[in-house]
Amino acid sequence: MTAASGRAVGNSTVATVDWAAFLKDAVIAAMVATLLALPLVGVETYDVGGGALGIRTHFDRVAIAAAAVFAGRLALQIRQRFLRRGESRITAILSRLTAWGNRQALRLTIAGIAFAAALPFLPFSSRYLIDLATTVLIYVMLGWGLNVVVGLAGLLDLGYVAFYAVGAYTFALSARDLGLTFWQALPLSGLVAASFGVILGFPVLRLRGDYLAIVTLGFGEIIRIVLLNWSPVTGGPNGISDIPRPSFFGLPFARSAPEGVTTFHQFFGLEFSPNQRVTYIYFVILTLALVTNLFTLRLRRLPIGRAWEALREDEVACRALGINPTNVKLSAFGIGAMLGGFAGCFFATRQGFISPESFTFIESATILAIVVLGGMGSQMGVVLAAILLVTLPEFGRAFAEFRMLIFGAAMVAIMVWRPRGLLAHREPSLLLAPRSTRGSWP
Amino acid sequence: MRFGGLTAVHDLSFNAHSREITAIIGPNGAGKTTVFNCLTGFYKPSIGRLTMHVNGEALLLERMDGFRIARQAGIARTFQNIRLFAGMTVLENLIVAQHNLLMSASMFSIAGLFGLPRYRSAEQAAVERARHWLDKVGLTERADTRAGTLPYGAQRRLEIARALCAGPALLCLDEPAAGLNPRESAELNALLLAIRAEQEVGILLIEHDMRVVMGISDRIIVLDYGRKIADGTPAAVRADPNVIKAYLGEDEVETLPGSLATDLR
Repeated sequence: MTAASGRAVGNSTVATVDWAAFLKDAVIAAMVATLLALPLVGVETYDVGGGALGIRTHFDRVAIAAAAVFAGRLALQIRQRFLRRGESRITAILSRLTAWGNRQALRLTIAGIAFAAALPFLPFSSRYLIDLATTVLIYVMLGWGLNVVVGLAGLLDLGYVAFYAVGAYTFALSARDLGLTFWQALPLSGLVAASFGVILGFPVLRLRGDYLAIVTLGFGEIIRIVLLNWSPVTGGPNGISDIPRPSFFGLPFARSAPEGVTTFHQFFGLEFSPNQRVTYIYFVILTLALVTNLFTLRLRRLPIGRAWEALREDEVACRALGINPTNVKLSAFGIGAMLGGFAGCFFATRQGFISPESFTFIESATILAIVVLGGMGSQMGVVLAAILLVTLPEFGRAFAEFRMLIFGAAMVAIMVWRPRGLLAHREPSLLLAPRSTRGSWP
Repeated sequence: MRFGGLTAVHDLSFNAHSREITAIIGPNGAGKTTVFNCLTGFYKPSIGRLTMHVNGEALLLERMDGFRIARQAGIARTFQNIRLFAGMTVLENLIVAQHNLLMSASMFSIAGLFGLPRYRSAEQAAVERARHWLDKVGLTERADTRAGTLPYGAQRRLEIARALCAGPALLCLDEPAAGLNPRESAELNALLLAIRAEQEVGILLIEHDMRVVMGISDRIIVLDYGRKIADGTPAAVRADPNVIKAYLGEDEVETLPGSLATDLR
């Protein structure tokens, strides 16, 4: 931070601006930008023909980048210098909005659930919208699952996609080899994923922070690579297809069915429409997500949930109170993995086809971003963050090449404005004197 | 207890009894916290035996995991630099202390998941116990505030209350009066005396504040450079020349201001 020369009288802007320091800072920023821009923007390879590559230079673009950074940095300095101390107007408005939202937490939650339930029947809904909403809900469910591990127990897991994959492949394999349906395979997926979660938990018991993150990342990659290479069982890069879709209490969503089987539209006397299955799948994930939420909310109030949070706060104190950190960590990994497994099972049935392509590290990173963005441990924050992270690239589609730029800019904006996450307030799980009105989001 | 070439605690032997307050004092670096850490499972003593007689059993502490010492041997401790669950409320801190009870009552939370009455009554009992200790330490009005926002003295009291909520047989307090002003020290004395009178618990404390040590201890053990140099009642320790020498050094006793000299004698 540069110190302004001249008098500064309280919050006023009377003092002179320290141009020398500002310019120096902006020049340094421009130099860094030049260094970065040179390899990223300044040189470009092109195909000469015959497999060889030529290099084209674009030093003019580098100069523009440096100049833009210089000007932007200077503007930022000036703005900060002349800003009234305390919140800017925008931040003040947003704070008031958040406070209002906190007071209306219960009503807004009910309204949100009602809106989500009614979504397919609203006039502006379309197959595209329902598909998008389904994707959002998958990520919400994954976010809530990871929230147990990262948000509540404080164990930084960068390989959560492994359990997602395990759940998906458990269903795909059991459908192919054992003929299980979606509903039959759902608990099995959860169980298998939970076992993997516990298996992951054992070697990482003594690890903290960064080391834990790296090992879990490695675990995620191990699962993906095994799936990729174990072709006889998992189909390798070709994946597994023809995964059965869920039926409505035994009524399949097909145009026509083999002899003796009534289809959904026949039973209800409706015209066949592919939207029926899409809508049904949407309601399946909505139900799964709501059940996940209720489950984790309940767990938070139980000894096991409190032990997770206590472990996050101070592991040494936990041990001194007779809490076994091993069991607490394993339960967190196991239950978090189980929820991921459920989501994976659903993902398989929705797509009808899975391959290791869908279970890369980027998925883990996205889910972690959702949890962190939402505010660690906050249920509602995960929903908001999932909506943001899934729909933003979609809106960006209209902007074609600028899509990722907008996405990146949005992330930076969040980091600057809300570094602790969108809803970082922690609501206590137990009150001695219960408040008559709900205070905040779970 | 040996750390490489350094013997932190040499040939120490003492007894602490239930319904008694035993204090361990000595200059900084004498090995007091090392003794605590051995007792509560943070270190494994190089040689020697630590026996806890609880519920008719004799448990060997040096063979047990840290958390098992707290759970089975019933030893609870507070820390020199307070280790509270800062993000959780005061009440939640006290409920976490009763974790093991609640876990068995709820069958590892499964009974709680289904809302079975046996868990609900167990949780009610836990809240009542927490309320009892909150009243004792005077934190009832602040039960729902975040523990991290409490003032220092309140945090210390909360840590003691939390240790007591775990239902220990031996309460180990690591410098409970550190950073407290005279009034707060007097309140701490009253609290510890009340605990001794009402609970079936032994108190072992490390302390530098002589007001607290001399005021309430039944027995004082003095350590210096890892060795025990005195073990007896406050009066005996006060008069012990070895103790005076260790705390101040031989030559300086004569040059003490009057009141301080009497404090130690």
